[in-house]
Amino acid sequence: MTAAIENLRAELHILCEKLRRRVQIMEVCGTHTVAIFRHGLRALLPGNLRLVSGPGCPVCVTAQRHIDAAIELATRPGVMLATYGDMLRVPGRRGSLERQRAQGARVQVVTSSRAAVQLARENPQRAVVFLGVGFETTAPATAVAVLEAERDGVDNFSVLMCHKLVVPAMAALLAAGDVPLDGFICPGHVSVIIGANAYRPIVERHGRPCVVTGFEPEPILRGLVQLARQLVERRAAVENAYAGVVRDEGNTTALGLMQRVFVPADVPWRALGVIPQSGLELAPPYHRFDAIGRFGLTLGDDEDHPGCLCGPVIQGKVEPTECPLFGRACTPIEPVGPCMVSSEGTCAAWYKYHRHANRADD
Amino acid sequence: MRQSFDQVVLAHGGGGELMARLIREHLLSALTNEHLAPLTDGAVLKWPAGELVFTTDSYVVTPIEFPGGDIGRLAVAGTVNDLAVMGADPVALSLGLILEEGLALETLDRVVASIAATAREAGVAVVTGDTKVIERRHGTETQGGDSAGLLINTAGVGRRRSGVRLDVGRIEAGDAILINGTLADHGLAVMSVRHGMEFESVLRSDVAPLNGLVARLLSSGADVKFLRDPTRAGLAGVLADISEATGLSVEIDEAQVPISPTARHAAEMLGLDPLTVANEGKVVCVVAAQDAQRARTTLRSHPLGHAAAQIGKVTGTQPPLVELRTRVGGRRIVQRPYGEELPRIC
Amino acid sequence: MCLAVPAQIVEASESEAVVDLQGNRLRVSTVLTPEAALGDWVLVHAGFTITRLEEREALETWDYLRQILDEPPETANGSVPSKGAS
Repeated sequence: MTAAIENLRAELHILCEKLRRRVQIMEVCGTHTVAIFRHGLRALLPGNLRLVSGPGCPVCVTAQRHIDAAIELATRPGVMLATYGDMLRVPGRRGSLERQRAQGARVQVVTSSRAAVQLARENPQRAVVFLGVGFETTAPATAVAVLEAERDGVDNFSVLMCHKLVVPAMAALLAAGDVPLDGFICPGHVSVIIGANAYRPIVERHGRPCVVTGFEPEPILRGLVQLARQLVERRAAVENAYAGVVRDEGNTTALGLMQRVFVPADVPWRALGVIPQSGLELAPPYHRFDAIGRFGLTLGDDEDHPGCLCGPVIQGKVEPTECPLFGRACTPIEPVGPCMVSSEGTCAAWYKYHRHANRADD
Repeated sequence: MRQSFDQVVLAHGGGGELMARLIREHLLSALTNEHLAPLTDGAVLKWPAGELVFTTDSYVVTPIEFPGGDIGRLAVAGTVNDLAVMGADPVALSLGLILEEGLALETLDRVVASIAATAREAGVAVVTGDTKVIERRHGTETQGGDSAGLLINTAGVGRRRSGVRLDVGRIEAGDAILINGTLADHGLAVMSVRHGMEFESVLRSDVAPLNGLVARLLSSGADVKFLRDPTRAGLAGVLADISEATGLSVEIDEAQVPISPTARHAAEMLGLDPLTVANEGKVVCVVAAQDAQRARTTLRSHPLGHAAAQIGKVTGTQPPLVELRTRVGGRRIVQRPYGEELPRIC
Repeated sequence: MCLAVPAQIVEASESEAVVDLQGNRLRVSTVLTPEAALGDWVLVHAGFTITRLEEREALETWDYLRQILDEPPETANGSVPSKGAS
């Protein structure tokens, strides 16, 4: 352990001791969930500080009806579905994209949205549908792809829009009030795009401190120290502990492109229901690139597996080990819910790094 | 009139003149030895007393050529390494080639030359073989290769070294765990040339026959209890095997696990855990605690072990788990990967 | 929530670039960071640069970079190139 880490750890313990009570901090971002586990940071935290994983895994919160739509499209003759690898194993009602691919559906993993446009260029006889999943870090990439397709007349390209917005989700969780949350570790890379100022509503309307942090162990601990300090001093503010990377105003170019190509919409989140103005749709000038419209799809309802507690897990209400399916009917090899499928899902992270809750110091 | 081909066609697998020509001109020319040349249905090997170790493997990697190696080198090294980790000196290999119609003969020649060179390096002979041709596979253009390839099946026989007692049952708490060098190079190098990855790297596969290195370790006087090569499921897979088979725990020190900075960054770029990525020139060694230093020194004395390190130890902690002590002093569990490791963005 | 890695721009055209870290190269779009130029450090996500970084920040923020840049830039693997490789 480096001296810096040791000092941060000590400071965090002192601050949490002053607070006495149980403190619950939500880390919203799936990448944070994984980083915390990967570096074994929970082992360094004081006993009264509980880290809760929030709905920051875009794969986990994609509504089942959208996964079903993606599968439906992938199985249509003449259609090729292009998707980030993260979505391949998520179960819908008819299995997953991976299973469908094994049965002959045309599913292509891409590492960028522009690669999907390129696929459309190279396969003019096929319709290429890009599965647009992700928060604000990833949404600008989809905007660029749509503009490129428009510019170059790539008419066989369309997007199944599933992008979601982080701040409305955080606000919805607080408004629901089911889980006492004292503060937030805010996602570093979403913040690169939206800017640290984007969290002001959380502070001003809900009085919870927000600290933007990076993903290495030291910055995460430092972020926790800053949150704890705010709690001790009874203040609530947005603090940017990733200032070398995140600007207060964000990436204005990216935000401008998003505003041009998308409009905010009320969208369904898996297990959380419809959250107002929490997702993105294509703006009217780009409606022709919307896959749901183009293919005349009707979206069904979500149908969650009885016993699956992904919803409460995503909201931070329960820990994975409290789900009756965890580790039994629901494992990473045979996942029931999205929290187990996504490599950043809370259940997957828990299963992978920390399955035995009775072990030593967790 | 003698027709000239630059690609494999289905007729090459027909058992007739075309096939005979293929075997003579493209296989025997590179691989010839006293056993193979007569093209009998089987090879007769003299076998003095001792235990025979027998292994089989199939190779389906795409693309078939990648930085640092190719499917041919992989097939020879992989089979030799399976024999080596069983404590056997490799004696002979069989080579079953399944060629895809459309495979460029130039490519076949390169792969066969690689097989021959790797076999020479390992001191082993290909003594018998078989060749088939199949129709072009569909779907290859969307799944990682756009050229016709080939598949290889091998079997290998080796003579078990006397005095070797490699048995997972001999592992006990306190034993040291070593690795002969850097992890994740092979899997990441192959990924870097997969179609659509748009990711180039100076990483090269570590594919290499390890029988020389293993022989040196086994004759060093160190009490070597168990060897296994961390191929498909990476280091995580082997450590899980050990923990499950023994009912003991494994503790690994992240700071001691050798991963090159390039590999580490490539893994970050792709969202992969280097501990779960395949290696083809590495061997995990479990040795008695008091011999850890000797084992390390011995491994380091060989070119294929120059970056060898002790990465952890076996412990009696229950329940049996593989645990990693992280760089920052935290702890987390290491598990087998679930299956295909896909590059992620989230 | 998203994996973004730091890298340095080694080739740049109007809206695309090739970024490098220690021999790993990615072709990316720079449309989201019009100010980024050859030699700049950037953060890369899903085939796009999403922000410029100062080298100093990159080194301080990403612990493993500090190790990398102290090492001599030779064979990436540190392993002996295999004989007979095609």
